[in-house]
Amino acid sequence: MTRSKVTIDGNEAAGYVAYRVNEVIAIYPITPSSPMGEWADQWSAEGVPNIWGTVPHVIEMQSEGGASGALHGALQAGSLGTTFTASQGLLLMIPNLFKIAGELTATVLHVSARTVATHALSIFGDHSDVMATRSTGVALLASNSVQEVMDFALIAQAATLATRVPFIHFFDGFRTSHEVGKVEQLTDDDLRALIDPGLVEAHRKRALSPDHPFIRGTAQNPDVFFQARETVNPFYLAAPDLVQKVMDKFASVVGRQYHLFDYLGAPDAERVIVIMGSGAEAAQEAVEYLTARGEKVGVLKVRLYRPFSVEHFLASLPKTVKTLATLDRTKEPGSTGEPLYIDLVTVLSEGMASGKAPFKTAPRVIGGRYGLSSKEFSPAMVKGVFDEMAKPSPRNHFTSGIVDDVTHTSVEYDPSFSTEDPKTVRAIFYGLGSDGTVGANKNSIKIIGEDTDNYAQGYFVYDSKKAGSVTISHLRFGPKPIHSTYLITHANFVACHQFNFLEQRDVLKAAVPGATFLLNSPYGPEEVWDHIPRSTQEQIIKKKLHFYVIDGYAVAAEAGMGRRINTVMQTCFFAISGILPRDEAISAIKHAIEKTYGKRGEKVVQKNYAAVDASLDHLHEVKVPAKVTSGFDLRPPVPAQAPEFVRKVLGKIIEGEGDALPVSALPNDGTFPSATAQWEKRNIALEIPVWDEVLCIQCGKCVLVCPHAVIRAKIFDPAQLEKAPPTFKSAAARWKEFKDLKYTLQVAPEDCTGCALCAEICPVKSKSEAKHKAINMEPQMPLREAEGENWNFFLRIPEADRRTLSLGQVKDVQLLQPLFEFSGACAGCGETPYIKLMSQLFGDRALIGNATGCSSIYGGNLPTTPYAINHEGRGPAWSNSLFEDNAEFALGMRLAVDQQAQYARELVQRLAPPLGDELAQGLLNAEQSTEAGIREQRERVAALKAKLAGLKTLEARDLTNVADTLIRKSVWAIGGDGWAYDIGYGGLDHVLASGRNVNVLVLDTEVYSNTGGQMSKATPRGAVAKFAAGGKPRPKKDLGLMAMSYGNVYVAQVAMGSSDMQTLKAFLEANAYDGPSIIIAYSHCIAHGYDLVHGCDQQKAAVQSGYWPLYRYNPDLAKLGKNPFQLDSRPPSLPLEKYIYNETRYTMLAHSDPEAAKHLLKLAEEDVRDRWRLYTNMAAMPMNGGAKEVK
Amino acid sequence: MIDLTTKYLGMKLKNPLVVSASPLSEDLGNIRRMEDSGAAAVVLTSLFEEQIHVESATLDKFLQQGTESFAESLTYFPDLTGYNLGPAGYLEHLRRAKQAVSIPIIGSLNGGSTGGWIDYAKKIQDAGADALELNIYFIPTDAEMSGAEVEQVYADLLSAVKASLRIPVAVKIGAYFSSLPNAARRLDQAGADALVLFNRFYQPDFDLENLEVVPNLILSTPHELLLRLNWVAVLYGKIRADLAVTGGVHTGLDVLKSMMAGARVAMMTSALLKNGIGHLATVRAELLKWMEEHEYESIQQMQGSMSQRAVADPSAFQRANYVKVLSSYSLKAGTR
Repeated sequence: MTRSKVTIDGNEAAGYVAYRVNEVIAIYPITPSSPMGEWADQWSAEGVPNIWGTVPHVIEMQSEGGASGALHGALQAGSLGTTFTASQGLLLMIPNLFKIAGELTATVLHVSARTVATHALSIFGDHSDVMATRSTGVALLASNSVQEVMDFALIAQAATLATRVPFIHFFDGFRTSHEVGKVEQLTDDDLRALIDPGLVEAHRKRALSPDHPFIRGTAQNPDVFFQARETVNPFYLAAPDLVQKVMDKFASVVGRQYHLFDYLGAPDAERVIVIMGSGAEAAQEAVEYLTARGEKVGVLKVRLYRPFSVEHFLASLPKTVKTLATLDRTKEPGSTGEPLYIDLVTVLSEGMASGKAPFKTAPRVIGGRYGLSSKEFSPAMVKGVFDEMAKPSPRNHFTSGIVDDVTHTSVEYDPSFSTEDPKTVRAIFYGLGSDGTVGANKNSIKIIGEDTDNYAQGYFVYDSKKAGSVTISHLRFGPKPIHSTYLITHANFVACHQFNFLEQRDVLKAAVPGATFLLNSPYGPEEVWDHIPRSTQEQIIKKKLHFYVIDGYAVAAEAGMGRRINTVMQTCFFAISGILPRDEAISAIKHAIEKTYGKRGEKVVQKNYAAVDASLDHLHEVKVPAKVTSGFDLRPPVPAQAPEFVRKVLGKIIEGEGDALPVSALPNDGTFPSATAQWEKRNIALEIPVWDEVLCIQCGKCVLVCPHAVIRAKIFDPAQLEKAPPTFKSAAARWKEFKDLKYTLQVAPEDCTGCALCAEICPVKSKSEAKHKAINMEPQMPLREAEGENWNFFLRIPEADRRTLSLGQVKDVQLLQPLFEFSGACAGCGETPYIKLMSQLFGDRALIGNATGCSSIYGGNLPTTPYAINHEGRGPAWSNSLFEDNAEFALGMRLAVDQQAQYARELVQRLAPPLGDELAQGLLNAEQSTEAGIREQRERVAALKAKLAGLKTLEARDLTNVADTLIRKSVWAIGGDGWAYDIGYGGLDHVLASGRNVNVLVLDTEVYSNTGGQMSKATPRGAVAKFAAGGKPRPKKDLGLMAMSYGNVYVAQVAMGSSDMQTLKAFLEANAYDGPSIIIAYSHCIAHGYDLVHGCDQQKAAVQSGYWPLYRYNPDLAKLGKNPFQLDSRPPSLPLEKYIYNETRYTMLAHSDPEAAKHLLKLAEEDVRDRWRLYTNMAAMPMNGGAKEVK
Repeated sequence: MIDLTTKYLGMKLKNPLVVSASPLSEDLGNIRRMEDSGAAAVVLTSLFEEQIHVESATLDKFLQQGTESFAESLTYFPDLTGYNLGPAGYLEHLRRAKQAVSIPIIGSLNGGSTGGWIDYAKKIQDAGADALELNIYFIPTDAEMSGAEVEQVYADLLSAVKASLRIPVAVKIGAYFSSLPNAARRLDQAGADALVLFNRFYQPDFDLENLEVVPNLILSTPHELLLRLNWVAVLYGKIRADLAVTGGVHTGLDVLKSMMAGARVAMMTSALLKNGIGHLATVRAELLKWMEEHEYESIQQMQGSMSQRAVADPSAFQRANYVKVLSSYSLKAGTR
């Protein structure tokens, strides 16, 4: 049978099989498993049938807990069901896994194994999640490569039906789930051959049915539970043989033979590594290299980890083994060793005791950890482990791949050791997310994988930032199968798609002598040399690199491609690398373009073709001079004046050298300093705002909307200007009360992302040239130096005295220092202005619990954090617990603060005599509703601490420790709609019902933005989202209305772009309200599909159309006999379609299915009308003493 | 029996009432109602080449925006099976319109590039259009470009389309030529089967509060007819191509005037948007009533009867006309 060769990633491979052999698929997005669910949803929407000819039903649930519950139910009712997950998601499924396994129910969960959050969250891969399920009774089957993912997805399904033991089929998150590789695709016939209809029938017969009723899921007592639990033993004992039988059947049908344990290496090996997951591939590569050179080494790949077959394990090992090393991709602190190690020790001990082990003397076993959070694991590290094993007293409980200078666990290795096959082309591409490099490389792999006999592999390293993100593509092609599950460190082709990267990082580090270097350069072959840094020149000369340049941006612009240079650079890669004859390559590239972009219209295809056709004429080889001439070198990653930790630790991470940091460099409990984003100086804006001080009316709107806090205002004494840099601008302050002061609006040129929201919102236009505003975007490069100097001067100007400002005025709020700055959010982000506003108003006394999502990533993803510190050393205290528990997490903070404050008050009362009555009464009765009140209390607390210093009692010490809680704290739970509407709703509801003073800020982007735009219950009707490919059929949940039903919750719905005043009022009122508050904030988002420069206009349109009514519900008003509900926006004045059809999330449905779009639009219009009617009635509701007239 | 038939683009039409291109004809039901109300032909809503390109580029841009940048969100949208971005939807609509009614359906094409014109024109022909109306909307803003060059662009486009099509081609033009008769003749020579006078350009307005240029397209008013009448009357007999009036035709009397100036058909949209599609029947009735009252036998009889060459005072259509109209208007106003 011929099977097609496809070039796909691990997630698609798993999804492909899982979709075809199931009927009910319950999903929930979580990185890195989301694409499996997305594929399933897409195929279901397209009507792709499974092997029984019916289209599986795919349903998105509110959490992984929900997905596993739905799966459990579907299985109990007789369906074949599956789900996909990872990390915390898998942990949320554990309760159901116990149930499903306890009930001997056949199912397979496909897991892209990911790190479980501990001291930090990590989206990357290791086995900590899978290992946490060991006690549930599920079988654990590991795939090591993309091909194995496809094969084992089927083997697992066949095996679960045969054994009745539920399976987790897992593979390494990112390294395998996102690796693109050439694999042989199983056919539906292969699938049918493995799935025994008799077993499917048996599965159905075990289902609950009122037609043959029984119950399952009883409660049992001490008398029988234990015995009943032991009844499953025969199934677990039989499972390994049954799995092997399935593997044998698979081999007879497909041709690839797998075993429960697969040994590779010398038949007389003395040193054997035992490992599972993608690391086994790197180990195989090292073993093949070393055995070819006579070394007696081997690797044992563990496939079926649970149920663990002692018999099969012992039979798989050569009898000659003297030392075994287990490698675990997980860590269990405090244990006697990691899971695989403990298993092996047990197995050998039992095997030797029973005489079943084939060894004369028991091999020595050592265990080690590697690869946590996708830490690189290379053949060099494997060799390091083999070398350690050869020592007379090898280290046990070691680590590989890091330098542990604290507990000295790490084994050494030689990074220059390479097993790369000389016939394999190894190429590295540095690009920007926005220039299309990764997309083009994915196409290149497909071209090479599918148009040639070569094997192909692609792996992509992304940035932690969403604006100006750097991507590094690692591509391998060659005649031999590729087992290199590690990044390329010996490249024979390096392409740098962004000229400015040269001064930021050593792009040629991996280039081998004689390699080719392709550079996208605005300078031609004659003049480029003098524009590249010294160390780059040195490497080009020393390594004798073949150096090519192309002005990719010029070619792309000419072809109408804007700044997308992907096809230009791709064409050059093919032309230089010679992997395919040029004509063939060009025709293949064009074919790929047609395939990728064809659906988007002929014009798009044509301009890509034009870029391809124009490329080669602009590609030039540079005649490399013999001498280094450059007068400059790489810029330091952070300025020299940055604090030591920033320079020595964060700076290393910034320059891409984080792997080299030893254990001692890192905090041991996940604590990191605040105010570090200021040191990154990313310089990603092509254009930055320039202030026209004459035209400006000093309204502060630009400062308010800036998502990155890079445009700021201060008022100050004119005397400050004496030392101002020459180009520093100022104007007379336009405040009655500050008329003698100066005003400056300053931009941080190196931190700006160039989103232009400030220029767009600026309300002032020149009377002689309408396009000229008080803020205008101009190229950054010529301004960088002078404005950088101005910015530094500006920072030294004292902040305004908060007590003198009217915080109810946007104009005054611009003068408050933001304590949230320079985040890595998307340029033009709609969420961050709200957080920044909160930080300006309450940041010096705020505790923030942050739900996992965009806001936790731009808030706390290393290397730096945007949460900042004011001149008094105060700033937001921020933490991210989980996705699902954030409201509870913040409530815990509130309880702690309140409890400590109560204790402090009690201590103040107890210590009143020595403290003095005036101070004690002042502290206890402080009015803290204003900045002045807070300032006075701060002064009292300072006085208190001074007095306490003189008291040597335990109570005095205690009071000193909790004294700061006497200053009113503002506690916030911040997160997105995925948290508030879906996964965290139960907890959120409970917190709102608690009556405690927690402020909830919902940054409502109406999708799961961070994981790529999946539908949430906040997604509006008619919008296309992932898991809602046909447009969401149901309306958005009215979270505000639900919260209002409590009556004692402050609720506001805001849209800063529509009314900054109303937003400001809502924040002040929410904070002032002594009870739970929730602000639902319209947050425009890249996932809405339009140019975010128009974000504020869209917010206006959302409000004008009535889609997003602005309101505030303040229970304090009810206490005054007034209607607590105030509708702040006007009746709808814009047709809904004028708002929604500015956004791709709606227009793509209008294009793809106009009838459905029309229908959903009509329903959405009715939603708007109904809601408006309800709200107007609520606003007009008469209250005791405060009746409003019904209009 | 009064004969309302006319000949346009080589087709015999039952009367001179043609519905001009507008969003009204996006709906098949509307097209049926047009036929039922007496329309002799329908110019289908326009296929906008620029619109297709803009939609395609916009979709491409925003489906790509932010992708392959951040490991957790490599894309932001599901990949849908298709987006109907080419002319396929329009062509399908044309096919269905042809099946739905028995009156001729004239395709309409708004284009920008030569390649696009020919490609789309052929597709419209293949989809079954009885004729094609090219809506040329080139607005020169380049001070280096002469009037002759602009006209050459028109002529070249038309020649290219004509060379690749077998169905008749009408050209809808604007009034802004320094010598309209000469421009008309050049188009005539380039093979135009009809000239449709005139296109109503989108004329941006100013928003004084926000100092912004805002899109503006208002419905035609009857007074706009006069410009059309003037030029049809002038061109009648000077070119081979048929003439059609579009813009400002609201009543039966407007149709009569158009015919007398020399048009073969009078096209309407604004009046239908204002009064409903059924207004066609009213116009037809007015037409018949006037002809009966004035004892006209046929439409063809009156076509061109008030053209420049047919009136007693041809100079009435020339510049002096302007003064006279103004003075007569002020005189009327003064007598109130």
